[in-house]
Amino acid sequence: MSSISPQEIKQEFLKSKMGIAGVVILGTLILISIIAIVVIPVETFQEWNNPGNWISYPKVAIPIWVNFFNIEKIPEHKILENPNIQTNSNGEVSLTSHKFGMNFNYDDFPNDFIYLFSSEYTGSPLLEMSVIRPDGVKLELISMSLPHSNINTIHSERIFSTDEAIKKNLSLQSDNFSFNLDGLSSEDIVFSKTQTNEPLKGNYIFSIDTYSVESETKMVESKLIIGGKAFGIMGTDELRRDLAVGLLWGTPLALFIGLVVSIASVVAGLLYGVYAGFKGKKTDETMMRFNDVIYALPALPFLIILSVTISNSIFVMVGFLMIFGWVGIAKVARSMSLQIKTRGYVEAANMMGQKDSKIVLKHILPQLLPYAFASIAISVPAAITTEAGLSFLGLGDPSFPTWGQILHDANTYGAASRGLWWWIMPPGVMIAITGLAFVFIGNALDAIVNPKLKR
Amino acid sequence: MKRYVATRVVTMFGVLMITLLITISLVGSNMDVILKQGIVFQVRAEITENPAIADSFSSVEEFEEFVQNQINQRNKILGLDEPWYSPQRIGFTMYKILLLDFGHATFLTSDSGSSDVKDIIFEKLPRTILLFTTATIIISVIGIFLGALSASKIGSVVDRITSSFAIISSSFPVWWIGMLMIFVFSFTYQIFPARATPDIASSDPGYIASLLYHMALPLITIVMIGFGSWAYLVRNFMVGIMQEDFIMAKKTIGVNQKKIIYSHALKNAAPPIVTILALSLSGSLGGAIITEAVFDWPGMGRLYFEAITVMDLPVIIGATYILTVFFLVAIFIADLLYGYFDPRVRTGT
Repeated sequence: MSSISPQEIKQEFLKSKMGIAGVVILGTLILISIIAIVVIPVETFQEWNNPGNWISYPKVAIPIWVNFFNIEKIPEHKILENPNIQTNSNGEVSLTSHKFGMNFNYDDFPNDFIYLFSSEYTGSPLLEMSVIRPDGVKLELISMSLPHSNINTIHSERIFSTDEAIKKNLSLQSDNFSFNLDGLSSEDIVFSKTQTNEPLKGNYIFSIDTYSVESETKMVESKLIIGGKAFGIMGTDELRRDLAVGLLWGTPLALFIGLVVSIASVVAGLLYGVYAGFKGKKTDETMMRFNDVIYALPALPFLIILSVTISNSIFVMVGFLMIFGWVGIAKVARSMSLQIKTRGYVEAANMMGQKDSKIVLKHILPQLLPYAFASIAISVPAAITTEAGLSFLGLGDPSFPTWGQILHDANTYGAASRGLWWWIMPPGVMIAITGLAFVFIGNALDAIVNPKLKR
Repeated sequence: MKRYVATRVVTMFGVLMITLLITISLVGSNMDVILKQGIVFQVRAEITENPAIADSFSSVEEFEEFVQNQINQRNKILGLDEPWYSPQRIGFTMYKILLLDFGHATFLTSDSGSSDVKDIIFEKLPRTILLFTTATIIISVIGIFLGALSASKIGSVVDRITSSFAIISSSFPVWWIGMLMIFVFSFTYQIFPARATPDIASSDPGYIASLLYHMALPLITIVMIGFGSWAYLVRNFMVGIMQEDFIMAKKTIGVNQKKIIYSHALKNAAPPIVTILALSLSGSLGGAIITEAVFDWPGMGRLYFEAITVMDLPVIIGATYILTVFFLVAIFIADLLYGYFDPRVRTGT
C-alpha cells in the first residue's frame, strides 16, 4: 500500500483500455438517463401501471426494426392522429370530413382498426366511415347516428373493427370479392385483395364524414389506430406498455440505486473500519463483533423480509441494501488503517496532540481513497442486481419501472414460453451492461491500487 | 488455540441469537395478528357448529360476552394476551426454536402433507443441497484448475479469456441467464424441461433419472455463470503468491514451473480458497431464492419465497434459522481451517 497521487492514478487509468471502455459505457448510460428525463415526461412513467394510459398501444408487439431483417414484413402498429380535415357547409346540412391516409406495405393483415373520436354537437349528427383502397374499391364500413342531444354536448366513442355493423356492411358488399367472406374478420376483408384473401399493399384512405343539420359538428379528438403486430423501437408487453419507455426510465433508476447504495456503504464502511482500526483495543473488538453479526445475517432473506414487512419503497430499499453493503469494506479498511497507524507521521501527529477525528480524516482516510473509489465501482453491480432480483420476485417498488420490474412482469406473463424475446432480452442486457461499466472501471482502478495483480 | 475456538463459538452463538431476535421482531407483530384472527375464526366456527350454545343465551350482549371470554381465554393459553415483544414470550419462542421446534406452518405443507415446519424444511433441504452443492463443487473444481492455469501463464490467451469471461459473467444476474436458458433450451429447442420439478412420484424407479434430467438446465446455468469469477479469484490469489520470495527462490534453484504452481503456490493459496469454498457452500443453501423461483426447483429457496408471499411466518423463521445456522457453521469451519493452514492467524501476530 504505497501512496499514489491523483495524477498518477489518472495517467495509469487512461492507459487501461478496460477503464476507458467502462467510462465510455457509463457516459452513454448517463446520456441515456438525460435523454429519458428530458424526452419522456415524468407523467408518462408515473402512469406506467395505469392501463388506461396505454390503451391505444398494441399487445405484445415486436420491435419494428425486426422488419428490416424480414422478407415478410410484419404490419406496424399505426396511430394516425392528424387527419386531413374538410368542412363543407351546404345550406342546412354541414359536412365535416376527416381523411386518414396510410401506406400499407406489409405481408400480413393488421390485428384490428379502431376509430377513436370525441365530438361536440347539438342534435343528432350522422357519422359515416368508409375506406378507399389502393385498387380503387370503396368500402362502406359503418353508418351510425350519434346519440341525440338538445343542448351542446361532447360525445366520445370508439368504433372497433369487431363491430357487428361493420361486419354486416362488409358482407353486403361481398360481390367485390371473389371469395367467401364468412368467418373472416373485418380487417382481413378491408385489407384483402379481391381475388384471394391476401393482404393488398398500397395507399388506403379512411374517411369519416359527419353530417349534421343546422349546427356544425366539431371533432375535438379524432384518431385512427391500425392495430399492428410491431411497434416502437423496443416493442410492447402484454399490458400494451411501450417497453422503450420502461427501459429508458430504468437507466436513471438503476444508476441512482447502484451509486447511492455503493457510495453510502463504502463511506460508512470506510469510516467505521478506519475508526475501529485506529482506536484499537476494546473499541476495535466491540466494533468488529458487531460487524460479524451483520456479516452473518443472510442478506437476501433479510432483504425480502424487510421489504415485505416494512416497506417496498425504492428509497427505503436503498437503505436496506446499505445495511448489508458496508460490512466487507469495513473489514478491509480496518486492516489497512492498522498498517497506516504504525507509520511515523501518524504517530507524530498523535504525539503532537492532534484530535483523533483530525488524524483519521487528514492522515489516514486520504490514503484509502484510491481503494475506496475502486470498491465503490466494484460494488455498484451487486447493488443493481440485488435490487433487480428483489423486483424480479415482485417485491420491488411498483410505482417505478425498474428493469427487474419489467423482467418480473415478463416472467408472470410467461414471456419465455411464448417466445417474446424482446421482453426478456433488453432489460437483462441493460443490467449487464450497467454492471459491466462499473466492473471495468473498478478493475482498472483496482489494478492501479494493487499493482501486484497487474503484472 | 483453545481460546481461539472458544471465543469463536461464543461469538457465533451470539450472532445466531441476534439473528433470531431480529427475525422475530420483524415478523412478530404480524404473527400475533394472524394468530389472533385464527382464534376468533376458530371460536366462531365452533359456535356455529353447535347451535345449542347460541340457544342457551337470552340476550345478544350476553352471547357476545361469552364469545369474547372464550377468545380471551384461548389467547391467554397461547400467551397472546401479552404483546409479542414481552421478554417471556420472546424468550420462550427463542428457546423453542433453539430446540428446532418451529411449530406448525400456517398455510404451507410438505409434499407428504405434514404442516410441521421441521418436516417441510428437512424435505426441501436435500433437494437444494443436491442442486446447488453439486453446482458449487463443479464450479470450484473448474475454477481452481482454470485459475491456477491462468496464473501460471499471465497474459496468455487462456489468462485473458478467463479474466474477461469472469468479468463479463459476474455482471449478468444468474436468474436472467436462467430465463434465457429456459427460452432457448426448453421452448425454442425443446431439449430440457422448463419446470425443474420432476413430475413423477419419488417411489418410481425412474425418479432419479428424471430428477437428474430436470436438474440439468439449472445446473448448467449456475456453473456457467459461477466458474468465471472463481477462476479469477484463484488466479489473483496465485499471482500474489507467485511474487513471494520463497517462490522466487524456488524458481532460481530451477524447480519445475508446474511443480511450483500446483504444489507450492496452490498450497499457500489454500486458506483464502478454503474460506471462500466454505462460504459459498453454505451460501448455496439459501442464496438461491431467485434462481429456484425461475427454474421452479422445489428446494429451500422456493420454500422461502412461497412462505414470504403468503406470509407463513413459522416457515420464514424456521428457514432463516436453519440458513443462519449453516452459514455460521461454515464461517466457523472456514475460520478453523484458516488457522490450520495459516498458523499466523492462531497466534494473533
